[in-house]
Amino acid sequence: MKPKDSGRRSFLKNGAALAGLAVGGVQTARARAVPDEKSGAPAKDLHSYGERSRFETSERLGAMGLYDPAPPGYHRDFGWRNPIQDSVGYITPASLHFVIAHGYEPPDIDPAEHHLLIHGLVDKPLIFSMDDLKRFPSVTRAHFLECNANGAPAGPTGQYRVSPNATAQDTHGFTSCSLWTGVPLSILLKHVGVKPEAKWIIGEGSEKGKHTKSIPIEKAMDDVLIAYGQNGEALRPQQGYPIRLLVPGWEGINNVKWLRKIKLVEEPYMGMWESTKYPSLRPDGLSRWFQFQMGPRTVITRPSGGQKLSGPGFYEISGLAWSGGGLVKSIEVSTDNGKTWREAEIQSPVYPKAHVRFGFAWDWNGEETILQSRCTDEVGERQPTVVELAKFWKVEPDFFIKTGTIPGHFNAIQPWKVNPDGSVQNAISF
Amino acid sequence: MRFHFKLLVPAVALAACVSAAAQTPDYKNVGRPPTAQEVQALDIAIGTDGKELPPGSGNAKTGGIVFAQKCAACHGENQEGSAQAPALVGGKDTLTTLHPKMTVGSYWPFATTVFDYIRRAMPRFQEGSLKVDEVYSLTAFILYRNSIIKEDDVIDAATLPKIKMPNRDGFVPQNTDEIHDWKKRGCKLGHCP
Repeated sequence: MKPKDSGRRSFLKNGAALAGLAVGGVQTARARAVPDEKSGAPAKDLHSYGERSRFETSERLGAMGLYDPAPPGYHRDFGWRNPIQDSVGYITPASLHFVIAHGYEPPDIDPAEHHLLIHGLVDKPLIFSMDDLKRFPSVTRAHFLECNANGAPAGPTGQYRVSPNATAQDTHGFTSCSLWTGVPLSILLKHVGVKPEAKWIIGEGSEKGKHTKSIPIEKAMDDVLIAYGQNGEALRPQQGYPIRLLVPGWEGINNVKWLRKIKLVEEPYMGMWESTKYPSLRPDGLSRWFQFQMGPRTVITRPSGGQKLSGPGFYEISGLAWSGGGLVKSIEVSTDNGKTWREAEIQSPVYPKAHVRFGFAWDWNGEETILQSRCTDEVGERQPTVVELAKFWKVEPDFFIKTGTIPGHFNAIQPWKVNPDGSVQNAISF
Repeated sequence: MRFHFKLLVPAVALAACVSAAAQTPDYKNVGRPPTAQEVQALDIAIGTDGKELPPGSGNAKTGGIVFAQKCAACHGENQEGSAQAPALVGGKDTLTTLHPKMTVGSYWPFATTVFDYIRRAMPRFQEGSLKVDEVYSLTAFILYRNSIIKEDDVIDAATLPKIKMPNRDGFVPQNTDEIHDWKKRGCKLGHCP
């Protein structure tokens, strides 16, 4: 061992002891700054790359159980939800961004070996290294990313979503918002020269399932990014390192991670996920496919399910609003079970197709009540009630909990019930 | 002042156009032409017209043998499914019920997707291990067990795209040209009617 390393270890050990980390004998998984004397593993140098305080314990939560039991070496869970109830501001830390990859693990990609091929109906097919992509102009934009099934009251996550004990993580954990940095896809497409007959792009990932998704050329030329950065650093492996498609405002499935190829074609490719798993089957037997755009939605994150108010008095109601339709134009809050609605205060920058933090001053009188929020976006769409959604689907509201399918795009208004003892519960009803 | 302001606007706009045009780079030498091998290795996506389908063929008889060896452990001997993998057969006339059984036979709109997905992603944990003829044979076996083709039918690049799946007309909008315009389709509230 080099003397330098020894010094660092000793410093960290002493520092940790001073901070009270190593006192008590029980070393938790979170006290990772303390070197492991038995294995001799080097301590993490938190001066070089930081970690949050050991008192911050908010974590993603996996709950879908695609494989039961899971094969050796694979996680049991299908997706991990963002602990949105603990969020502050409008940006989700990359380490807490929700993860869904249809059960596949992130491939271990060396960016020096990774390439992006653009071919098909183009004038000159080209292959780009990661260095090539960084020679193009970059943009940085805030965008939310949301799973089509976020908050679905039926299907694999349905039981968590409708439980009276559900937290905001259970009900709305499949959305997140980041500052994404990358090359506008339009620049790359103009560079290779798109032929007039090209109407769709198909993007393909590098993971074991090689996820593929068809996207109309209009969207590809509009605001899609080849993203390599997230919140000021490289993408995390779970988010598609080294590059992913970022398709603002559209269903999460479009945002192909570990992107290796884009092909320009005349017709949608009708891959397995897009043609057999993501269409919405309605009671008349017909399925709506390629629904793309996520509707307007809000959720109050504080106070929300599982939290507890300490007693009557002042509370700032805090929440997030977003819409795939563009800018959020207005956000309203009701503290009396929907009888009256008042405009909330916008408390973060407002970007199109991004989370927006809102706040609302509230004096709780200690009585039982229901808190709700809703928003309207720049194309005039307002977040619906469960009843409005059911009318649009031409079903009775209880269809959403009785169906054996996954009712996607379930962006109904979320009610939180505040009990006289200060406890907060999920009050969604059908 | 108003008069001058109005004059100024087009002049500024014009200047911006000129300078933008002058500054648009041609990104010379960024990216390189791929080799034929590089394209071939990545060009595995099969469209609905099947023109990317590789040479080779198979039928349900040989497919049944491959299925028993490499697929039945998860999908079940009779393709009935398990906790690990979905059922591949059955579900006819269930799509209008509260618990629809959405299988290759009852739900999938395109036969080319069956070939593409098996070659791309199956068998799970040994993806990419099947030979092309095995993929054609497995495709044939699944279609046969769903009563879509006969046991001796040869499935290849010519025959597979011609198969019309039972639920092909079960998706809206049927015409894929209409998918593009979200507003024209009457989508509202984040939902399409």
